[in-house]
Amino acid sequence: MARPSEYDEELAERKAIYKLYAQAIPGSFAIEKLDQAPCSMACPAHLNVQGYVAMVKMGKYREAIEIIMKDLPFPGVLGRVCPHRCEKSCRRLETDEAISIRELKRVAADHVDLSEIPVPDIAPRNENVAIIGSGPAGLTAAYFLALDGYKVIVYEAMPETGGMMRYGIPEHRLPRTAVLDAEIENLKRYGVEIHTNTAIGKDITIEELREHGAKAVFMSIGAWKSLKLRIPGEEDAQAGISDVISFLREVHLGKIEQVDGKVVVIGGGHSALDGARVALRLGASEVHIIYRRSRTEMLAEPEEIEEAEKEGVNIHFLVAPLKISNENGKVTGIECIRTRLSEVDTTGRRKPIPIENSNFFIEAEHIIPAIGQEPDFGAFGESHGLEVSKWNLLKVNPETLQTNVPDIFAGGDVVTGPATVIEAVEAGKRAARYIAEYLQGKELPTEWQEEPPMGTNWTAPPEDEPIKERMKIQTLAKEKRLSGFEEVNLCVDEDTAKAEAARCLDCGGCCECFQCVTACKAEAVTLETHASQAETLSVNVGSVILAPGFQPFDPSRFDNYNYTNHPNVLTSVEFERLLSATGPTMGHLTRVSDKKEPKKVAWFQCVGSRDMNRCDNAYCSSVCCMYAVKEAVIAKSHSENDLDCAIFYMDMRTPGKDFEKYRNDAEDKHGVRFIRSRVHTINPVPDTDDLEVGYVTDSGEKKSEVFEMIVLSVGMEISPEITELAGRLGIEVTDGRFCKTEDFNPVATQKQGVFVCGAFQGPKDIPDSVVEASAAACSAGISLASARGTLVREKTFPDENDVTDEEPRIGVFVCNCGVNIGGIADVPAIAKYAKQLPDVAYVEENLFTCSQDTQDKMVEVIREHNLNRVVVAACTPRTHEPLFQETLRNGKLNSYLFEMANIRNQCTWCHSEDKEKATEKSKDLVRMAVARASLLEPIPDLSAEVNNSALVIGGGAAGMTAALSLAEQGFPVTIVEKSPELGGTARDVMKTWRGKDVQAFLSDLIGKIENHSDIEVMLSAEVVDATGFVGNFESTVVSEKESKTIKHGAVIIATGGQATVPDEYLFGKNPRVTRWHELEHHPEKLKDAESVVFIQCVGSRDENRPYCSKICCTTSVLQAISIKEQNPDTNVFILYRDIRTFGEREMLYKEARQKGVIFIRYALDRKPTVVEAGDKLEVGVFDPILQRDLLIEADIVNLASAIEPAPNEKLAALYKLSVNAENFFMEAHAKLRPVEFASDGIFLCGLAHYPKPLEESIAQAQAAASRAVTILSKTSIEISPLVSQVDQEKCIGCGLCAEVCSFSAIILEDFEGKGYRAKNIPASCKGCGLCAASCPQQAIDMLHFRDEQIAASVCAAA
Amino acid sequence: MENFEPKIVAFLCNWCAYAGADLAGVSRLQYPSNMRTVRVMCSGRVDPLFIIKAFKQGCDGVLVSG
Repeated sequence: MARPSEYDEELAERKAIYKLYAQAIPGSFAIEKLDQAPCSMACPAHLNVQGYVAMVKMGKYREAIEIIMKDLPFPGVLGRVCPHRCEKSCRRLETDEAISIRELKRVAADHVDLSEIPVPDIAPRNENVAIIGSGPAGLTAAYFLALDGYKVIVYEAMPETGGMMRYGIPEHRLPRTAVLDAEIENLKRYGVEIHTNTAIGKDITIEELREHGAKAVFMSIGAWKSLKLRIPGEEDAQAGISDVISFLREVHLGKIEQVDGKVVVIGGGHSALDGARVALRLGASEVHIIYRRSRTEMLAEPEEIEEAEKEGVNIHFLVAPLKISNENGKVTGIECIRTRLSEVDTTGRRKPIPIENSNFFIEAEHIIPAIGQEPDFGAFGESHGLEVSKWNLLKVNPETLQTNVPDIFAGGDVVTGPATVIEAVEAGKRAARYIAEYLQGKELPTEWQEEPPMGTNWTAPPEDEPIKERMKIQTLAKEKRLSGFEEVNLCVDEDTAKAEAARCLDCGGCCECFQCVTACKAEAVTLETHASQAETLSVNVGSVILAPGFQPFDPSRFDNYNYTNHPNVLTSVEFERLLSATGPTMGHLTRVSDKKEPKKVAWFQCVGSRDMNRCDNAYCSSVCCMYAVKEAVIAKSHSENDLDCAIFYMDMRTPGKDFEKYRNDAEDKHGVRFIRSRVHTINPVPDTDDLEVGYVTDSGEKKSEVFEMIVLSVGMEISPEITELAGRLGIEVTDGRFCKTEDFNPVATQKQGVFVCGAFQGPKDIPDSVVEASAAACSAGISLASARGTLVREKTFPDENDVTDEEPRIGVFVCNCGVNIGGIADVPAIAKYAKQLPDVAYVEENLFTCSQDTQDKMVEVIREHNLNRVVVAACTPRTHEPLFQETLRNGKLNSYLFEMANIRNQCTWCHSEDKEKATEKSKDLVRMAVARASLLEPIPDLSAEVNNSALVIGGGAAGMTAALSLAEQGFPVTIVEKSPELGGTARDVMKTWRGKDVQAFLSDLIGKIENHSDIEVMLSAEVVDATGFVGNFESTVVSEKESKTIKHGAVIIATGGQATVPDEYLFGKNPRVTRWHELEHHPEKLKDAESVVFIQCVGSRDENRPYCSKICCTTSVLQAISIKEQNPDTNVFILYRDIRTFGEREMLYKEARQKGVIFIRYALDRKPTVVEAGDKLEVGVFDPILQRDLLIEADIVNLASAIEPAPNEKLAALYKLSVNAENFFMEAHAKLRPVEFASDGIFLCGLAHYPKPLEESIAQAQAAASRAVTILSKTSIEISPLVSQVDQEKCIGCGLCAEVCSFSAIILEDFEGKGYRAKNIPASCKGCGLCAASCPQQAIDMLHFRDEQIAASVCAAA
Repeated sequence: MENFEPKIVAFLCNWCAYAGADLAGVSRLQYPSNMRTVRVMCSGRVDPLFIIKAFKQGCDGVLVSG
């Protein structure tokens, strides 16, 4: 069942059972089930139509029949005679015509021999059930009761089984031997016993059935007594009148073989048509049908009426019989009258009203009334005791079909009057269910149980679904028909049937064919798990963290981008999938329309961001500029041609760490074109798949350019579902629908105990999201500190056996991984090969080596066979090594006596087209693993005690926040601050961008720090020496007062940064030139000022500092607004390069413009000039829009100078930390480990990492504290024992190892009498082995990756 | 040389190249089956002597990836 893949942005398909993407965690599959398809709901027996149609589509006929037989035992019969209500509700009708469902069922039935379908194991039950009547209701009940284990005996009054299926439906519609007989015969395989020629009441009584052991009886005796016409002459004729049921029965029994003369059939149902067509086949010279109503009211289906007319049946509509004439008792004809129809009456039908004087006469030798039947209780006599309605039908409970006699149930025509086979089948199935419940002593419902209303959550039909005609059914040539009873409708060929089945819209998602259950050898997908439903759980928690994310803006709301109607206009998220190796094109950049590689691609920025006109998103989405640059660079690298990439933008906003350099490289090294313009039109170029882009340049010049692909850089927005969730939780949101947070507590919502992180907090990229995630964990952790560790359960293992002196005895387990390995490589051959390898004592094959039962068995095998090494040839150690290592521990072996041969991920999956080579490679990999395994040695676990206090270096806002976050969780902290007071650069800042008072916050924070018993503050102090490793650092701190050595488990670096002192624009030379917050501290300078000019990027984004200082735009805009608020007449100018008011700061930019602040852009190669002009200043700048130089008289020029880090070199050397080219500290991973250093136990926050606004510093400080807690909260930490080992006898003390080690994990130490020798520090060692590879004396070896172990692998490989 | 099937020993870093080779499998990327992987915890572990050893043993190529 194919469904559009959400992960691939619907550019590719997935199955209804699917994993979201290959690396998804958890790595299990989900099944997408929607509401049941309307066809199934319309079917009286609720057949799984979508399921068997899907099977026919794949040519899996047997599977189709197995699906059908879950609901009824007569696929071939119903494939022919069902009135197919399902087709009337088919959603295909909205597009063209319904699927020909009934015919597809017939196709499946005609291709399957039922006797080949295995009977399931049935657990027999003791009770017997008697079924009276072998029509569709009786036999269906028999089938389901037999499946349920009951002993079923069917009693049939007629000489043959099948009831009306045999005696009422003529053979040209339902072949006897091939279909009906076969399907009834098949029931015997399920244990159904049938006695024909046994009439109840005559041959055996119900009481006798009970005496013979029947604990329940099902009455399904049908309706066999024809209703009378009640017109004159009906009773007078002795010959020539026969009701249709008797007529068809006599024909079937061979008592009527020929019909001479003319025939008139009266009625409009299936029987009337059947009678007419049979009469024709038996030689009637003319056959008429008269029917009181019109063609549309006729119960028989239109196709059937058409076929009858084709054969020569003369149908008279709107004609009613008046009188039958006879001559000497022999029919001569019938007098009729024409009718008209009344309006719809209260019963919903149109009544026929005779038209006066329209009488006419039809000559006929035979009259066949076909106007309905009722049950015939004749044989039962008066004493059956069952309640009968006024229509002479049995009265039953409509839900359970139980009669007034508790052990007698009834269903089919005897209850409903003449109806269809499928309705009888439904009754049989229903009766079987309730008879079983009755026999099991369950309480039966007394009333009709309403079914839940039909859900309409179905798959959306594809918008571009083409019209596909419904298949045509071939019929037998007319000449061939009348000579006998050959089946009229022919079976369509397989291709036609498959094409017809493929028209299905798969309304219900998963079609419940359960092929996945059959396919899953691990028995993970079972009928039970397949049926599992969403559950509602109640969880008792102390904090809640909201991380609900965002949705990409949907540009189909805009018509001007041609997104919905042009295949080559994609969103950036879709484009991302095209670039991905796991995406729909495996990373090959091709166009959607023609699969050709494009030569020119354009990106349009700010689609759905910074836009109040066409969408509600006034904010900047913060991430789009950077991802567009990245996509352009990657697209170029994926392209074999010289791909031309152009980015159309308003402001290029790349304020993140190292982003500006990336943007510059994109332009300078990769040749990405940056075009500052908002595109106004995109028009498809006729006769091509290209698009023409119209835009206006800065200087007002109109331009146009043709591109082969357009990427819309869509913004982030909060989905209505998340807004609704926020409402439910009582959480306030901003104008941009993001969660409202406070600047000084950036991850706390307005509701206590509920925290937020990620894009819901505000639009942001991955590193900031990861930072906030840790910050939220920290905030949640503070309130939960007392409960820490209370829900932890520890694993215990048996003692290890000492195997050091034993000869290797290796056990090899070769995994089939279902068919992942076994379906490609020859696993038995690999196992056989492994058996003869040296030291191998035991080999086995597993279907799934990782399954729990195999783990249990492995423990047994290790013990039984005295194994002391284990090799598993299966998947990758990166995912499964820990699992098997644990099994070894349970088997009393050290975890490191284990090795894996990766014969799946790196073999069968990659060589699936060459099974032989995959087998050969697998053998080699097993040989290499065995060779290595024989040299493996037990390695004891390593752990170190943890000192649970922390050292925070830097007493600014970040350092203090980190310290307080730790102390509030009970961990002692020492703050080392180089200056004589706490506060750092935040002391200069008056307000946050939201207008919050920074100084009040700062004094509150300092107060808390100074009064906290777990925090020691050392002022005018610095770290002068540091040793140790994670959990056990020793740092020497010297202050004015003292020098002391502090032991601590973790370090947080928060050394901050500051604004640079500019050496341009007359700064320091003229008092009217100020920088940053000076104006806020000296408001008197602004008094009487008529004109204030802000200059941005002073010392940022240039050659010396190729980075953006991130906070300057917002700060200047904020100050400009404040000046305008105080005096609207002051002229305020901001000279900028790009305005980078990211996120919701964009609103400030808008406000500034509304207040009349004038923004003038300048280019780096045309910087503004500032000169003294009399008492004032004169600022010169080139305005790119006016295309001319401007001179601005200014009272004040305020400079937004670059932010630079504090001098970090000394600390970097002490703790072996890396810094980038601009001296900012380097985190372990820019995206995923943004507050950790590569060395364990050392963390980073604040301006030392990169310029950032206060709220980001606070979040980062909380994040650093959170990460530190993961260490400090332990009493000891496990250290990977795969570390270096120094042979001090061989070591010559050259120190090369210490030099190359990035982690201070190997040092030189003076050993008495030996001189300097290398010494490893296991707790710091990452096991990389650089030292071992560098050692000229081969004095260093790596545990578990020893020279000889690697050499053994290499030798075995060759 | 037509049927020449080189033996290639690949030293793959556990954290990147080996993970990449796993992902190639997950993505069902097909490539020639001549490579035999030796997993190391860092490509820095690969002593030049290992490479010499591989060639001495008769390998036709060595790939160090990390």
